[in-house]
Amino acid sequence: MSTEVPSRSTPDASDLSPSSAAETKKYKVIGTRPIRHDGADKVTGKARYTSDVLLPNMAYGALVRSPYAHARIVSIDTSEAEAMPGVLATMTSADLPDPWDKVENLGEGCINYAHLSGNVLARGKALYKGHAVAAVCATNAHLAEEAAAKIKVEYEPLPAVTWVLDAMKEDAPLLHDNLVTQALGEESARPSNIGAHIHFEQGDLEAGWAAADVIVEREFKTSSIHQGYIEPHVSIAMWNEDGRLKIWTGTQGSFVVRQQMAELLKIPVSQVLVIPCEIGGGFGGKIAVYEQPVAAVLSRKCGRPVKIAMRRDEVFEATGPTPGSYMRVKLGATKDGKLTAGEAWLAYDAGAFPGGVIGPGCMCVFSCYDIPNAVVDGYDVVANKPKVQAYRAPGSTHAAFACESVIDELALELKIDPLDFRLKNAVQEGSRRVDGPVYPRIGLIETLEAVRDSQHWNSPLEGPNRGRGIACGFWFNAGLQSSVTAAVNPDGTVSMSEGSTDIGGTRASIAMQLAETLGIAATDVQPQVVDTDSIGYTDVTGGSRVTFATGLAAYQAGLDIQKQMVRRAAELWECDVDQVTVEDGVYRYGDAALSFKELAVKLNNAGDPIVGRASVSPQVSTNAFGAHIVDVEVDPETGKVTILRYTAVQDAGKAIHPSYVEGQMQGGAAQGIGWALNEEYFYDDEGVMRNASFLDYRIPTAFDLPMIETIIVEVPNPDHPYGVRGVGEVPIVPPPAALAIAIHRATGCRMHELPMSPPHVWRAMQDR
Amino acid sequence: MVQIFIPAPLRRLTAGQAQVAVVATTLREAIEALEQQCPGIRGELCENDGLAPTLQVAVDNRMTRRMSTPLKADSEIHFLPAIGGG
Repeated sequence: MSTEVPSRSTPDASDLSPSSAAETKKYKVIGTRPIRHDGADKVTGKARYTSDVLLPNMAYGALVRSPYAHARIVSIDTSEAEAMPGVLATMTSADLPDPWDKVENLGEGCINYAHLSGNVLARGKALYKGHAVAAVCATNAHLAEEAAAKIKVEYEPLPAVTWVLDAMKEDAPLLHDNLVTQALGEESARPSNIGAHIHFEQGDLEAGWAAADVIVEREFKTSSIHQGYIEPHVSIAMWNEDGRLKIWTGTQGSFVVRQQMAELLKIPVSQVLVIPCEIGGGFGGKIAVYEQPVAAVLSRKCGRPVKIAMRRDEVFEATGPTPGSYMRVKLGATKDGKLTAGEAWLAYDAGAFPGGVIGPGCMCVFSCYDIPNAVVDGYDVVANKPKVQAYRAPGSTHAAFACESVIDELALELKIDPLDFRLKNAVQEGSRRVDGPVYPRIGLIETLEAVRDSQHWNSPLEGPNRGRGIACGFWFNAGLQSSVTAAVNPDGTVSMSEGSTDIGGTRASIAMQLAETLGIAATDVQPQVVDTDSIGYTDVTGGSRVTFATGLAAYQAGLDIQKQMVRRAAELWECDVDQVTVEDGVYRYGDAALSFKELAVKLNNAGDPIVGRASVSPQVSTNAFGAHIVDVEVDPETGKVTILRYTAVQDAGKAIHPSYVEGQMQGGAAQGIGWALNEEYFYDDEGVMRNASFLDYRIPTAFDLPMIETIIVEVPNPDHPYGVRGVGEVPIVPPPAALAIAIHRATGCRMHELPMSPPHVWRAMQDR
Repeated sequence: MVQIFIPAPLRRLTAGQAQVAVVATTLREAIEALEQQCPGIRGELCENDGLAPTLQVAVDNRMTRRMSTPLKADSEIHFLPAIGGG
């Protein structure tokens, strides 16, 4: 269902302000549910993923990975592998250029190329089980695997540390001899595993505690979990004799892959072409490169294209994950239910190299509530685990689990309905975040009101061992850079090219915005995701930004086309340009009127081809909120949690294609439920992950989940002509907290650790 | 006056001030004016000719990395960690 707060009309080119936009016109394309443009290819198996790409004379690569979580690499002997018939080349980190200690912002966070290079192939030390140490390519994949087993690596095992608090101890084994704690220019005196300390404060914390009638403080822990994309990492590299490097890969950012390849291999960016293939899920885990530079060097060595496809265990042990964390959250409120103070202490592991997701964790922990006095401290901590990558609202889900759980406990202490307590303290336009900025028009209150008015919230929940929970979540929308070109075809359709790889139906949502702008049907726009030589720079598909920012580029490209069409129509009708009007895709001069398609047919071969283009880098203040309701039943014998009913409510600004908004809400909720109830990296005492397969790492299946109901709230985003807010990341944030609260209602047990798997819930029930 | 909110770890360079007021018409001018009042702070916020890659800036609550971002007479500037998303 959809709760519509005023829809908007197509605005003028110069108008991005909701206050000046015409408010009465209904959209013709936006808000409808056309069949996705890539649907037929996807459902008939014709969509081309990297694994489907076969090149002439292609070789296959395999990686040698460390069996130890922490070890010095004493020697690597590739001679026996190289002597095998069919083996074409081997490599180690010595075959990569010496890395430079350069930090670059690639749009979605920073990359330190020395760390990235050291993660691609270990230099001197293996820092986690599964860390790539050497590689080989051969004429077929099986031979490559056999040859990899013949590469002899001598290790000197070192003590390993995987839990974030252990890694912070003074006597913890150090991963990097020269890592010191950075705090905006201040550096710690001696090395440790703490890479960064973030500190935010606002108001007077002590005065806030003094004003509080009730204070609740709790500790929380979460395990590392993986993004769990179904398609493993696969890439093909072909380094031609002319120096040109071509990469086929499934990625969230083809231009970001291009940049990383150029930096790691120290070649000009113009020598790298990245051809994005379809992507079988990414969720933040397919932004950094892993196997691509290895395939490239092997290709250069053997003179053939080289394909490297990871196995599932490699994906688990060497890519992703999201951090394990320890959090302490303290909140105070008055008897009448106003929050007065908040304090959060967060430590997230970053995996083997610094630069995890503690920053957004700190920015998000109190993001749903107006807390006048607050302090947040966050620590980025390296540990002997794979380098942490973004995962859908990175850092926010952890923080919401902690904050929302304390919010609920505080409300109960105050004997105030938890939904009312949230409404009373919810941020709104003008509220200042703990990290400083002030919110523009946002929709958390409307979202909570939609919860309050929902059938689910007002339905009875009866029976033993059952409980209902609710929690909120927040995530940013990134702007960054996007480009779109669109060519008008002789039959009046439009071929649209974009650089945003499509991980969630964005071909459709972008094409629909172009169609709306031009006044044509969505099916009359043919979108395609093109390679890095064929479109202007476009940042990653991430940060909930594509429908927002690339959609903005499509809108502006549409206005560019419209301007050209008006000029050409004036030529056709032999009138002044300003005598031609456009409304709903119909061009008029006096009594003459032509639809977009009719005009395009007439203009064919009668002058310049019409091609619209736009590149944008919007400065954004956009923020999106969600709230989830869940009913559970807990088996008192086993601790198993069964979800009886689940509803996700979210402010989408304006849902371009409501089915895909609903799909994002359902997908995010499903992943959040998996995070909450089952998923975790099981590490043994040696730092070895013991469940690196989908058999043992349990993501939810259709048997675990009910139909996830959705309610779309629409509070238009003032930064976008159609009011779009990004929707992809928010829905993973509330589930763990909502489920923890529901389990509390069902059992009386407060859950402070994820996952809330049957053994943990059962233990909590025994201890109550 | 343009209000620059100083991140807590950098207040050692502003004599403890949480906010510094400057006169400026662009983000670049604001940082230069801040440097005049608080020597050394530019080096913590900028790298080469731009913003440090580990930071992003909110000018009047809008995220930007452009040093040429225009300011109003009463603009607010906040320095925040650069973040990613999934």
